[in-house]
Amino acid sequence: MDNFLALMDGFAVATQPIYLLYALGGVLLGTAVGVLPGIGPAMSLALLMPITYSLEPTAAIIVFAGIYYGGMYGGSTTSILLNTPGESASIVTALEGNKMAKAGRGASALATAAIGSFVAGTIATVLLSFLAPVVAVFAVQIGPVEYVALMIVAFLTVGALLGSSMLRGLASLGLGLFIALMGVDALTAQQRYTFGSPFLADGIDVVLVAVALFAVGEALYVASRLRHGPIKVIPVTGGWTKWMRKEDWKRSWKPWLRGTFIGFPIGTIPAGGADVATFVSYASERKLARGENKLQFGKGAIEGVAGPESANNAAAAGVLVPLLTLGIPTTATAAMMLVAFQRYQIQPGPLLFETNGALVWALIASLYVGNLMLLVLNLPLVGIWVKILQIPRAYLYSGILVFAALGAFSVNFTPIDVIILLIIGVFGFFMRRYGYPIAPMVVGLILGPIFENQLRRSLAISQGDPIALISSPVAATIYVALIVIFALSFWLRRRQRQFESTDIDSTPSGPANDEVKA
Amino acid sequence: MKIDRTTARRSTFTSLALVSALALSACGSMTESTQAGGEEGGIEELNIVVPADPGGGWDQTGRAMQKDLQDTELVSNASVVNVGGAGGTNGLAQLATETDPNTLMVMGYVMVGAVETNNAASRIEDTTPIARLTEEPLVVVVPADSPHQTIDDLLADIEEKGQGVSITGGSAGGADHILAGMVLKDAGIAPDSLNYIPYSGGGESLAALLGNKVNAGISGVGEYAEQVKAGQLRALAVSGSEPAPQMPEVETLSDQGIDVVLTNWRGVVAPGSIDEAKAEELTALVTELHETDAWKATLETNNWGDAFLAGDEFDTFLDEDITTVKQTLTDIGLL
Repeated sequence: MDNFLALMDGFAVATQPIYLLYALGGVLLGTAVGVLPGIGPAMSLALLMPITYSLEPTAAIIVFAGIYYGGMYGGSTTSILLNTPGESASIVTALEGNKMAKAGRGASALATAAIGSFVAGTIATVLLSFLAPVVAVFAVQIGPVEYVALMIVAFLTVGALLGSSMLRGLASLGLGLFIALMGVDALTAQQRYTFGSPFLADGIDVVLVAVALFAVGEALYVASRLRHGPIKVIPVTGGWTKWMRKEDWKRSWKPWLRGTFIGFPIGTIPAGGADVATFVSYASERKLARGENKLQFGKGAIEGVAGPESANNAAAAGVLVPLLTLGIPTTATAAMMLVAFQRYQIQPGPLLFETNGALVWALIASLYVGNLMLLVLNLPLVGIWVKILQIPRAYLYSGILVFAALGAFSVNFTPIDVIILLIIGVFGFFMRRYGYPIAPMVVGLILGPIFENQLRRSLAISQGDPIALISSPVAATIYVALIVIFALSFWLRRRQRQFESTDIDSTPSGPANDEVKA
Repeated sequence: MKIDRTTARRSTFTSLALVSALALSACGSMTESTQAGGEEGGIEELNIVVPADPGGGWDQTGRAMQKDLQDTELVSNASVVNVGGAGGTNGLAQLATETDPNTLMVMGYVMVGAVETNNAASRIEDTTPIARLTEEPLVVVVPADSPHQTIDDLLADIEEKGQGVSITGGSAGGADHILAGMVLKDAGIAPDSLNYIPYSGGGESLAALLGNKVNAGISGVGEYAEQVKAGQLRALAVSGSEPAPQMPEVETLSDQGIDVVLTNWRGVVAPGSIDEAKAEELTALVTELHETDAWKATLETNNWGDAFLAGDEFDTFLDEDITTVKQTLTDIGLL
């Protein structure tokens, strides 16, 4: 209850008009920044930090919190409408979201993303308020060995993303894993596949690859179809009553909640982060979907937007758990928040709640406030955003190309990135042309380095003894759960087949897949 | 909480300004070098190249310099350009082609190592050293329930178990890794006994320490200070020549009989192409900056140690540092 009283005190601070104004400024900026590809929340915090020097600590921290949550909201808009993810956590949203937009359901996709973000953000902030210390103790138990186990789970769930042709899916995944190898090896500081070029030394940014594959590849593909006939303008759903139909609510609420409970724990794990959470959420929604809805995956299923969008917002709150309670920054954005705190002589860490309790609770309270503001701000904007899609395709796609190139340039402010964007974009065009799925490539790019580094760290600590990988209790539990679930799902599938052969009317239903919870 | 009207008004203004700020800052960091017209006295326009993405230590140093130089009117206009990547060697490559003599590039200990491990074409020796400005010592820690009470305990354990003792810290070939190599060498332990587990930063390595996944850790004093204070980590030694202000009770390595002093220092260099007069002018500018109250306040707020060293002394220091780093990187098998 002490926490509750402290939180109420936090609200008393955060709801003062001047702080509300700061929160508004923060969320506006964050949304604007989230929309731009290339400039993620981490970079915007870094660029804005000097401007906040003139603010007192509470105001500055509230602005940062606004930017942080706002960035998570904003990222979905361009993913859905333009197939141009703004940061790595909204890559997955583009998979189904953009298909929905093309089918004229852009407004529904944006609405479910906004409401899902709000629901997840609020629940996750409640979890942050009351569970932070407990979760933090658990989170440090996730070391390299446990991480390897989690990554194996992630790779297996992601199998769902491989698409209809296993072989092509694996080829795409392998390509992603290969691109992930480029750059300086984290464990030995040796360069790999950089051809001695300093511009490749840091590898290729995953957002760059995603924008190239999704946006540039698609723009080229659309251009290649232009001569095949007149171009249709994408239809747009009517008034706001059509945004979320009854069925959309029915199909969205479970993914929102599942996304929250997938995103929050993954966010709290050191070296977790929102992007992994979105993949796991997407994969589980796809597996859990039934009948008609399952067939929509790949063609614009609302669950595929609702789940990942909730997951990335919940993960954003989760990331604050190790940051505030242990002083461990698990993402680039969290590292920037840490720097921001330090500027004001506030050291996030085990003593933070004791030494700067009032400020921390004001921060947490302003997360609630910011979340509500974002919903109020974003829902009315949905109607305006979707109008973008009424631009004739030729103009729309040339605009997307400019936008993508600008975003690529702003990742590091080097023209080399624009060239890389175009090369991968052309590649993306051919992948699309010959029916190779692009999602697995991005998955490989994100999960590959985590898996590799954690596996090598595990083996370095155990001096090459592979038994260490399964001897940790947490990791062992994960593997056992994984085996049980797989065995169960095979058994269920067999039962189901027997069942179906006797009863033709039965609706198809897949195996229970709880491995996500592992 | 009461806010008097003028502050309130100013704060309102600031929050409005924030909204337009992003665009401005983005432009600011993209600003191309503007040629300063051949003025004789004083530097009108100064370019500060930050060889890293916004946010890190070099960026903070560059932006603090920009602010203080402008606030104290030592230069009328200073702009910061971020050229990130490859441990700063991308920035170094850019500096090599810089034609504007009024250019300073932030750099530091990490770049010395990165040039070697990346086998970079442009080297620090090709630049004109101007001054060293700040430093932060490193600290060697163990988890609270580790049996090791002193640095000798830890070293004895490494001598006995070799790679069975794992040490974590920041990226491979960085200051943390190099310190581990130097300490082992001084203690007469074979360098291949070092089992170093790198993370992308000291902050991330914390999780491995708090979860007891590794035996010891090395990072900047600032990154572990809070956990040491809370009793979750035990600091065994700091790497400066004197105890660190954040943990004054922790003895230095030299006090404990290990003849190693290593601080993560940061400084500035100018393009190699400038003439002697320009080098002196830039050195004088940085020296003046160092003496301002604004800079002293900057050091204070950021917990940066004052490590000012200019001209030939900095030049000599840099040469020595490059030699030691190269030797250590070879010893620990990275070169």
